[in-house]
Amino acid sequence: MHSSTHDTQSNPSNPSKHSKRIRNAILAGSAVVGMLAVSACSAASTTNAGGSDDKVTLAQPSWAGAQANIAVAKKLLEDELGVEVDVRQMNETAAFTAMDGGQADAVLEDWHGNPKQLKTFVEKKKSVVSAGELGVKGHIGWYVPKYYADKHPDITNWKNLNKYADDFKTSESKGKGQFIGADPEYSQHDTGIIKNLDLDFTHVPSGSESAQQEEIERLYKAKKPFLTYWWTPQVLQNELELVEVELPKYTKGCNVPVEKADCGYPHVDLEKFMNADFAKNGGDAAEFIKNFKWSNEDQDAVVNYMTQDKMKPEAAAEKWIKENKDVWEAWLPKK
Amino acid sequence: MSAAPTETPVTETPVLDKQPDTTPGGGQSDAAAAVKGVPSRGPGLRARFAGSPKALIVGMALLFAIVTAAVTGNGTWPGGLEVDVKTPLTDLTDWLSLNRTTHPVFLYFLLHISNFAETAYLSLVDLFAAMGWLGVTVVVTLVAWAAAGADLSRRALRTGAIALGALALCGVLQMWEPTMETLSLMTVAVIASAVIGLLLGLASGLSDRCERVLRPVFDVMQIMPAFAYLLPLMLIFGIGQPPALIATVIYAVPPMARLTSLGLRAADPAALEASVSLGATGRQQLLTARLPLARKQMMLGLNQTIMMCLSMVVLASLIGAGGLGDRIYRAMATKDMGMALTAGISVVLIAVLLDRSTAAAGEQLQERVSQVATRAALLLRRGVWLLALVLFVVFALFGTALGQEAWPEAWSVDLTTGIQQGVDWITRELSFMANWSDAFARGVLNPVRSGLIAVPWWALLLLVAAVGWAVGTWRAAMTGVLCLALIGALGLWDASMDTLSQVFAGLALTVLVGVLIGVLAARVPTIERVLRPVLDVMQTMPQFVYLIPVIGLIGQGRAVGVFAAVIYAAPAVIRITTESLKQVDPTVLEASRSLGDTTSQQLFKVQLPLARKGLLVGVNQGVVLVLSMVVIGGMVGGGALGYQVVYGLSKQNLAIGLPAGAAIVCLGLMLDRLSQPREKHGGR
Repeated sequence: MHSSTHDTQSNPSNPSKHSKRIRNAILAGSAVVGMLAVSACSAASTTNAGGSDDKVTLAQPSWAGAQANIAVAKKLLEDELGVEVDVRQMNETAAFTAMDGGQADAVLEDWHGNPKQLKTFVEKKKSVVSAGELGVKGHIGWYVPKYYADKHPDITNWKNLNKYADDFKTSESKGKGQFIGADPEYSQHDTGIIKNLDLDFTHVPSGSESAQQEEIERLYKAKKPFLTYWWTPQVLQNELELVEVELPKYTKGCNVPVEKADCGYPHVDLEKFMNADFAKNGGDAAEFIKNFKWSNEDQDAVVNYMTQDKMKPEAAAEKWIKENKDVWEAWLPKK
Repeated sequence: MSAAPTETPVTETPVLDKQPDTTPGGGQSDAAAAVKGVPSRGPGLRARFAGSPKALIVGMALLFAIVTAAVTGNGTWPGGLEVDVKTPLTDLTDWLSLNRTTHPVFLYFLLHISNFAETAYLSLVDLFAAMGWLGVTVVVTLVAWAAAGADLSRRALRTGAIALGALALCGVLQMWEPTMETLSLMTVAVIASAVIGLLLGLASGLSDRCERVLRPVFDVMQIMPAFAYLLPLMLIFGIGQPPALIATVIYAVPPMARLTSLGLRAADPAALEASVSLGATGRQQLLTARLPLARKQMMLGLNQTIMMCLSMVVLASLIGAGGLGDRIYRAMATKDMGMALTAGISVVLIAVLLDRSTAAAGEQLQERVSQVATRAALLLRRGVWLLALVLFVVFALFGTALGQEAWPEAWSVDLTTGIQQGVDWITRELSFMANWSDAFARGVLNPVRSGLIAVPWWALLLLVAAVGWAVGTWRAAMTGVLCLALIGALGLWDASMDTLSQVFAGLALTVLVGVLIGVLAARVPTIERVLRPVLDVMQTMPQFVYLIPVIGLIGQGRAVGVFAAVIYAAPAVIRITTESLKQVDPTVLEASRSLGDTTSQQLFKVQLPLARKGLLVGVNQGVVLVLSMVVIGGMVGGGALGYQVVYGLSKQNLAIGLPAGAAIVCLGLMLDRLSQPREKHGGR
C-alpha cells in the first residue's frame, strides 16, 4: 500500500484507512442483515409437505422393487384419487430424515436397515409412524453362482467356505477369498459374520448397488466364481441363477452389534412408514398408502416389465394396473 | 472449459523460484517408486545430491524410511496415540436427529435459511414452467448473446448459437424438465455463491488480516470432499434442496472470493494513485477504480464458481435435490444406461452453455475497458438487454399461452436403446481390459499400499517433514507433519495409506497421460482444437454415468476409482502443459532450430525445461484433483477413506463419515503443500 500526501479534502488520505472503513461498513452491514433475518421472524415452519391433502411426497429408494411400488402407487393416487404425487429419489436412511422433517410423507418399502433411526424417530420422537406391512417379503443372504455350486455342491454350507476360499481370491481381497459386500446403505453384518465364523474371506465393499450389480453380471458372464451379498426380490433375479449359502440361523438380536454378529439374515416383512402428521391428516392419500399391500409376485411382475421388457416405470405400472384391478381396488379408501 | 473450475490455483500460484530436481511431483512419485524398491533416479544421481543439500536430506529421509520399513515390516500408527472421536460424534448425531424440528436454534434461525432456500428454488421452478420451453429458450439465448456483446461479431453469434443449441438439445433428448430443475438449483446456488464470494473477496482483498484468516479456510473448503459435509448439513437441514444448496455454496464460494481478492490486490497502483489524487473517497475509489479494474478476475471467478456449482448440484441429488443428477441415479437403479447417459449429456450441455457465456462476457468486459464503444453499439446493447427483460416478463406472464410448458414430445429423439446397444458392444469387445486392471491392481496398487503401510509412522512423518522443507518452507513441513499426525490420531492410518497409494498411482498416470497429450496438443493445433470438447466432457460429465459400465469392463475395485481420477484430473494437466509449452519464447525455439536440433531435441532440451514452472503447477493441480475423486472411487469399489465417507453419508453416521472426511482434507492439505512450489516471500 502506498500513501498519498496531496489529498487536501476531508477524506482520509491513507488508502488503507479507506479500505478499513469499507470493510467495517461491510461487516456492519452483514451483521445487521443477519440480525434482521434472525429477529424479524418468528419460528419457522418445520414442515412443507406433511398433512397436505392434495399433494403427496413419496421417498423412493434406488432399487427396482421400490421403484415398482412407487410407480403403481403414484399412478393410482393420481388417477383414482386425484392426488398429485411428487417422487423424490433418496435412500432408506435419508427417507427417515425426510419424513421426520416433513420433506417426505411416506416410504413404501423399508428393510429395517437402520435400527438406530427406527428407535430415534419411531420410538423416541414419534415423528414417523408405521403404515403397516407392504406384503412383500424380503430376504438377504450369501450367494454363489449356480455354475460354481454345481461343481462344488458342498459350498452351500458356510462350514465348507474356507475349503474353497482360494478360488475367490482377487487383487482386492488381500490374499484371502473375496466376499462382495453390499451398498453401504443396506442392512448388513457381513464383517461380523466373517470375523466371528473365522472365514478366510475379506469383505470387499461395493460402493453402490449399481456397482455391485454390474460387477456380478460381469463375473457371471465370464463364468467366474464369486461369493456375494444378495437379496430378493431383485432386478436381476431372473437373469442370474444364484444359489444361497446357508449361514447359521438368525435369532433375534444375534446381529447386534455388528462386531459380534455370527448368524445369517432374517426374512423381513417389508414395512411402510409415514410422517406422523400425514398419517393423521393425510385424508384419502394416507388411507390409500396404509392399505397398499401386494405380494412378491405382483412386485416382481412390475419389476420384470421395467427391466426385461425395458418399459418405463409409468408404462409398467399402467400395464399391471390394467391386469390386476381386483388387487388394487381393495386399497382405495371406502367412500 | 477455458477456465475450468479447478484451475484456480493457476492464476493464484505464486511465481516459483527454486533449485532443480527436488521437484515436488518428483519427490512424491519417487517416494512411491522407492517403496516398490525401484531405483528412481538415473545417472548423475550422486552429483546432483552433492550439489543440493536439500535433495540430500530428502534422499536420506527416503532411505531411512525404506530401511526402517524393511526392518519393522509394519508401521501403523499406535493405538495408544489415537483419540476417541466416535463417542461425541455419535452423541451429536442423536441430538441432531431428536432436536432438528424442535430446538430454538433450528426454529428461529437455521430453518429460516432452509425454508428460504427451498422457497427460492420452488419459485424458480414455477417461473421456468410458466415461461414455457419457448420462453426459456428465447430469453436465455438472447441473454447469452447480449452478455457476449450483442453484436454481429463471431464471438457474440457463437455464444448465442451455443446457448440455443444446448437448450434445444436438452429438449430433444427428452430432458427438458430435469434440466429446468437443475437450472433453478443452479440459479439459486450461483447467486448465493457469487454474493457471498464477493463479500468474502472484498474482505480479504481489502484487509491483510482477513486474507490471512480466510486463505486457509478457502483451502479447506476446496479440498474437503463435498460428501463429508453433505452429511452434517443433512442432519441439520433435513433432506432436499436446502442442504444441497448450502453444500453447493460452500463448495463454490472459494474461487469467486479468491479471484475477487486477487483482482483487488493486483490493481494497477498508478490507476489507484490517479483516483486518489482526483479526490476520490474510499468508497468512490473502490467503486470507480478498484472494482472495475478487478472486473476481469471477478468474471473469471464467477465462471469457475458456476462450473463448481454445476458439478456439486449433480452430486447433491444424492440427498434429494432433484434435477438431472436425480435422473442419473434413478437410471442407474434400473440399469438404464441410455437414460443415464442422456441426462449426463444434458449436464455437459448446460456446462458448456454457462461456461461459454460467462467466458464470452468476461472477454467482452475486458475489451470494453480498452476500447471506447460507438454510441450506436452502446444503444444497441442496452436495447438488447431491455428486450431480454421485456421478453422475460412477457413470457413469465403469458408463456404457457404461447407454447407448452415442456419441450414438445414430437421434437424429441429417444437415443436410449442405441446407447444401450453401444455400451453392450463395448463391454463385450473390450473385456480383455479386465486383465490389465487386474495386473495394475496387483502390480502397482498392492505393492505401493503394502510399502506405505510398512513404513513406520515416525519415519513417514520424518519424510514428509524433509520433503516439505526441501520443496517449500518450514511452514509447509509443519503443515504436512501435523496433517499426517491428525490422520493417525483419528485412527485412520491404514485406510489413509490405502487411499494415498491410490492417489500416487492416479497421479503418476495423470501426469504421464496429461504431459504426453499436452505436448502433442501444443505441437499440433488440430489436435488441440479437437481435444477441447473432449476435455470439456471429461471434466463435466458426472462420473457415475461412465463408471458403472467401466465396472462391467474391468470389474469393481480400486482400479475403477483410479481410472475416474485420471479422466477427471488429466484435462487440467493437459491444458496447463499445452499452455506452458506454447508460452515458451519463440525466439529461443528459433535459435534451437537454427542450431540444427531435431524436433525431439527441441522438445526435451528447450521446451520442456523452459516450461517446467507450468508443469509443476500441473502436478500440484493434478494431486488435488486426483484426491477429490477418492470419494467417487469409494462408490465403485475403491474402499478406504472414500468408502467410509460414503458409508457415513448413507447411514447418517457422523462417527464414521466425518473423521474420514477430515482425513481426506488432511491428506489433501499435506499433498498440496508438499507439491506447491515455494512462494516468493512478501510477493503479494
